[in-house]
Amino acid sequence: MTERAVQLEIPAGAEYVALARLVVSAMAAGETQLSDDRVDDLKIAVSEACTNAIEAHDALDTEERVVVGCWADETYLEVRIEDRGTGFDVSNLPEHPPVTDPERLKFERGLGIPLIRALVDEVEFSSSDDGTAVRLVMRHDDELDGDTR
Amino acid sequence: MDLGLDVSERDGYTVLAVRGEVDVYTAPRFRERLIELVSEGKHRIIIDLEGVDFLDSTGLGVLVGGLKRLRSHDGDLLLVCTQSRILKVFEITGLTKVFSIYDSVDDAVAS
Repeated sequence: MTERAVQLEIPAGAEYVALARLVVSAMAAGETQLSDDRVDDLKIAVSEACTNAIEAHDALDTEERVVVGCWADETYLEVRIEDRGTGFDVSNLPEHPPVTDPERLKFERGLGIPLIRALVDEVEFSSSDDGTAVRLVMRHDDELDGDTR
Repeated sequence: MDLGLDVSERDGYTVLAVRGEVDVYTAPRFRERLIELVSEGKHRIIIDLEGVDFLDSTGLGVLVGGLKRLRSHDGDLLLVCTQSRILKVFEITGLTKVFSIYDSVDDAVAS
């Protein structure tokens, strides 16, 4: 692990999610060699994780801040989003009908975590009654051995 | 953060052109505008996403809700999008199988 390069503490308000995306994309542009497409992927994952964190604080009506930390070195960029919500069991999320099932249209939510999983190279959820930490890792293009996503 | 929502009429369709970033902060305005249009009796809607710089699952949720609402009125919701970074979220979530996505408003109107 390299030194913590950026740490951002944001109020749990929807208007601050864009700020988290901005900081992470600036960090990616300044400190890494990630392609624009992969930075865009990371921004979506960060947005999803921050949205979940803010909603977790909303549910508790807490004034505590959501913490977004970024680390980078020559091989990877890591973002960690931490909240003080009540946590959730990532292995036991509600299942929705397949998208081709007309019943799926009843559910406007439930797409965020699948998006995170698909867009970043590594994701780790650590959740307890005291909060959730989501660790997102993007490895640099030349580390991916021809992975073209 | 600015979200543009411009409404126009085109050959029997209502076109809602969205500009800017669609996330948890801006999605409520997008949802509200869409609901207003449906309430006004606009049941054939094209949503033009060409001006969208960013869209996450909250934006997808607005579109899914809009499609459900329009189908309940025997209407339809068509999308216009050619940006690969936006299309990618539809592909990952499988929503390309749910929405009709066109390259231009002209193509959508002609469908």
